[in-house]
Amino acid sequence: MFRSIGEVALLGWQTLVALPYTWRQRRKVADQLFEIGNASLFMACLLSLFIGGVVALQSGPRLAERGIGGMLGGLIGLSVAEELAPVMMSILIAGRIGSAMAAEIGSMRVYQEIDALRTMNINPVHYLVLPRVVGITVGLPSLVIFSMIVGWGGGALVAVLNRDIGLTSAEYFNDLRLNVEAFDVAKGFIKSIVFAVVVGLVSCQQGLATMGGPRGIGQSVTKAVVNSIVLILILDYFLTRVLLVFQR
Amino acid sequence: MSEHPQGVSVRLRGLRKSFRGVEVLRGIDLDIAAAEIFVMMGPSGSGKTVLLRHIIGLERPDAGEVLVDGKPLPEGSEPGGVRMGMVFQSAALLNSLTVSENVGLYLEEHRVHPPHIIQRIVAEKLELVGLKGAGDKMPSELSGGMKKRVAIARALVSEPQLLLYDEPTSELDPLRSVTIGREILALNRRLGVTSILVTHDRDLACGVAHRVAFMSDGLVSFVGTPAELRETTDPLIRDFLTIDFNSNRSTSEIP
Repeated sequence: MFRSIGEVALLGWQTLVALPYTWRQRRKVADQLFEIGNASLFMACLLSLFIGGVVALQSGPRLAERGIGGMLGGLIGLSVAEELAPVMMSILIAGRIGSAMAAEIGSMRVYQEIDALRTMNINPVHYLVLPRVVGITVGLPSLVIFSMIVGWGGGALVAVLNRDIGLTSAEYFNDLRLNVEAFDVAKGFIKSIVFAVVVGLVSCQQGLATMGGPRGIGQSVTKAVVNSIVLILILDYFLTRVLLVFQR
Repeated sequence: MSEHPQGVSVRLRGLRKSFRGVEVLRGIDLDIAAAEIFVMMGPSGSGKTVLLRHIIGLERPDAGEVLVDGKPLPEGSEPGGVRMGMVFQSAALLNSLTVSENVGLYLEEHRVHPPHIIQRIVAEKLELVGLKGAGDKMPSELSGGMKKRVAIARALVSEPQLLLYDEPTSELDPLRSVTIGREILALNRRLGVTSILVTHDRDLACGVAHRVAFMSDGLVSFVGTPAELRETTDPLIRDFLTIDFNSNRSTSEIP
């Protein structure tokens, strides 16, 4: 466990040092962005719509009972922007993209493709890790912004259509506008950048550490996804603590 | 050997390596001259491939040193200033790239030439290994032998000073094996590339080698010319060189 964390930190440093080579790897970065968008956009849309909808369904009638149903827009606006969109999208990307990264790099490791790169004096961090980490760091926050908008829309849909809530869309979005500030959206955005780096590095590190045959690849994929999700949830708490300080 | 070698010398001193308590290399001392074709033979599991991986820097020894061109390999996993190439036993092609992209990868990543020159060099190398027109294929569409030839083409594009081959003719038909053997010789004569081969192919070893080393149990038990190899009285080497399907000696007697 501690060895893995150390290896992730070392890989993070090596990737940081390799950042000036990003332009040379721009085609691979674009491939990663396409992969993130192509593989996850529909799923992100569906997930966000239902996240917004279920929060409205759970809390809307209770707020309405207490005569504060008009606060639903702000409640959904903040919970989606600050927590649900960054965390749920990061978990989705860890499952879809992180697992693919670990499997692809793990397979390259097992079948000596990474050794072949080294014999050609091609640094695997520059060639494999850098474009993936940069791609996910650009792609995930973009997906999170998209998810926030769709999530708010999902909440609005339930708030308007559910008779127990009975809000108009104007009431819902007015409250959302009043309560959600740019910094609240920025908080979700900043979190998603940190989560993206974590998912990218953990997945690549697990891929590079793969040993054995297909079984080893399977183990790496599992570890990449599980470790990413655990780290996302732990870091979410500490990031929230830090970002709350800036809000005061 | 080439009169104007661009190849580099390789010197191994007291090389030892263990994996999970099993000693695979037990003190290897070897001197390989610049522009030499040096073949390593020996039973499976005798440590030949591990030795090759030490020479190119993919493994670090537990003890001893590897000097390439008189200098130790730099720390880290990548070879230093010396241009090296390796043909892996499994070919180790990048499965997500086409044949052309695999062959041109070194030139592309190191920005050695503009794209149209890279295309020309790739086409030349593919023709050399008998794969003209196969550039757009994916590795998954190739036979084992074809993959090996692509790996050889890929190793050649960097114009290496040191070229390592791990079983270069396994999975190749006899005609193609001879072609590859001749290409190893031609490269050596034309460019003076130092070539180190690991092979079980007795014809290839005796046909191309300037010197042959025989390894067993992690030790080098013989170093000499192919002629000296044929004359040796070492029973293991004699069996290795002469055993065939009609031989009376049981293969179980051979370690």
